[in-house]
Amino acid sequence: MTHHAATTAAAILLAAVATVLVGAYGGRLSRTTSDFLVASRTVGPRWNAAAISGEYLSAASFLGVAGLVAKYGADALWYPVGFTAGYLGLLLFVAAPLRRSGAYTVPDFAEFRLGSARARTVAMLVVVVICVLYLVPQYQGAGLTLKILLGVPVWVGPLVVATVVIVNVVGGGMRSITFVQAFQYWLKLTAIAMPALALAVLFAGERPAIGGPLPPAITQDTTVAIEADVLVQVTRAEGITVDGHALPGPGRYQLHRGATMTLAAGASTPVVAGAPSTGDQWLSSGDGLGGNHPLYEVLSLIIATFLGTMGLPHVLGRFYTNPDGRAARRTALAVIALLSMFYMFPTLLGVFARLYVPQLLVTGAADAAVLLLPGAAIGGPVGAGLAALVAAGAIAAFLATSSGLLVSIAGALSTDVLRGRVRDFRLAAIVGGVIPIPLALAASSLELSRNVGLVFAVAASTLCPLLVLGIWWRGLTAAGAISGLIVGAALSGTAAALAVTDAIDDDASGGWAASLVGYPAAISVSVTFLVMVTVSRFTRGSSGADLPRVFARMHVPERLGMGVERVPTET
Amino acid sequence: MVRTRVEVQEQTAVGDALVRGLVRAQLGLALRLATVVGAIVLAIPLLGKAFPVIAALTVLGIRVNWLILGVALYPLFYIVGRIYVRLAEQGERDFMGIVDEGIERADDGTQT
Repeated sequence: MTHHAATTAAAILLAAVATVLVGAYGGRLSRTTSDFLVASRTVGPRWNAAAISGEYLSAASFLGVAGLVAKYGADALWYPVGFTAGYLGLLLFVAAPLRRSGAYTVPDFAEFRLGSARARTVAMLVVVVICVLYLVPQYQGAGLTLKILLGVPVWVGPLVVATVVIVNVVGGGMRSITFVQAFQYWLKLTAIAMPALALAVLFAGERPAIGGPLPPAITQDTTVAIEADVLVQVTRAEGITVDGHALPGPGRYQLHRGATMTLAAGASTPVVAGAPSTGDQWLSSGDGLGGNHPLYEVLSLIIATFLGTMGLPHVLGRFYTNPDGRAARRTALAVIALLSMFYMFPTLLGVFARLYVPQLLVTGAADAAVLLLPGAAIGGPVGAGLAALVAAGAIAAFLATSSGLLVSIAGALSTDVLRGRVRDFRLAAIVGGVIPIPLALAASSLELSRNVGLVFAVAASTLCPLLVLGIWWRGLTAAGAISGLIVGAALSGTAAALAVTDAIDDDASGGWAASLVGYPAAISVSVTFLVMVTVSRFTRGSSGADLPRVFARMHVPERLGMGVERVPTET
Repeated sequence: MVRTRVEVQEQTAVGDALVRGLVRAQLGLALRLATVVGAIVLAIPLLGKAFPVIAALTVLGIRVNWLILGVALYPLFYIVGRIYVRLAEQGERDFMGIVDEGIERADDGTQT
């Protein structure tokens, strides 16, 4: 085992070092603020699509999706579907006009479109909040991964990721992370495809049954250490003991932190309460993601993920690096293809995790499935090699997403709060990279994908309406945009805070309270659009922008020569 | 002189009307495609809820709900995206065509 840990540690180290080296290579020419913010707008569709996918496939996709599929089955497939579909929305409504606007950050777009410095400031605050919230699960994922793989304390992961990312971003900004992220897409794809394919071969040889009336069975005697209090559902009690006592029969049991559960070979795995326990329930759609109102939760999740991508500052930021609107469209289309290819594999791994490491379903730490699966199911040197590869991919996931988020934070803070010099960008990057560390250690660990789903809900309720209405509707005013941003951020932010701190009782108000807080998008997105439109109607004609010129610039092809690249004014 | 082009560039009433037409056409295209995708996507959980029998069907030993959510939706997104890119660029070419007609007419004008 120590030998395996050493292999894994070496792979993680290699991934981190490669990240820094590739970043240093890409960033060696970074000099100007434009290099740091938008890579001087020279990135073609292929590189940019790989970079966007590399940046986008975060801990939630690399680890979280497989964990959710293992636990909740068919309904969890909506997460990867939504994560991909978001780019279709982005392509249809945002990509080309946003690029043509010539803006260099989302706040800059707000000022360009609305002609209001106040709108710019509010947009800047929203950008920083979304990015910091999104960094938290990345850091948490890093903590979890290093703890599981190497047995180091949980604060080591966030510290390592923060350090590497700050070094990269401070070193070369957008120019250096473009290469890093493109490289990391291919690394992640390899790291998740190899174990999935290896397990598919194993599965095809054995053809074990997936469905059936019973929960998945343990194949060999297993001991599970309970690391957090958890309520589990036991369908068949034979072969299960907790702290040496056999369970009296089926039912729900509260397990306390520090308890040890042993499962004899052939025993049916208990599952976290709320998750489907039998194979048949797991296979069928409509049982939801652990809440009391599955249909509402799935619909709200669809809204959050389909629209949320349009409001993620780090994703939008990458589109500013394309040379023109046409390239921005082609980039978004290529991203859909790259993501579709990627998401097949975590889905497969989720299915295999249920078969081969069902004991993970007991503890709620299903996020670890991807990491532990190769070693557990394949074993030997091949299993160890695959495990090391997966570990390297996971680290790449945290690093790529975190770098993009940090560039967005630094871009917004340095041009809107500080004075827009390269020095300010670097200072802002350091501050922005450090702040999420204590938050990551303090926040309770929901499933990674679910945490990220909440951030999508915040993005869908704030920046998405700002961009969509701003790009297509001349009637949007600064007052309307600001009111909408504030209301949307307050609604979705409060819901996210309540969900992460687990403040709402699952059964309060017939379960609706927990469902609304855990999946706020259906309500908060509609309210935000409504507020923006209503307030804009009441403040009609107050726009400080030259609307005909603004709209011509966003929508008329560059060939007409109307585009003006905006650059931060260095004061 | 390239009159139509200048009218767009200088934001005259004619130029602005042309831009409005372009924006309306592109938005209409995006909304039509989004409606198609949205209808298909929303129909999946709703139909699954109303007729659980459909989702329980199997094709090649795999449940239909897994095939739709795990496989079929991805090519749908890509194909719709491709159609959009083609038509949106077509729309822009048409717009530039109208603008450039001004060039030809202006050229004719100088010759006669």
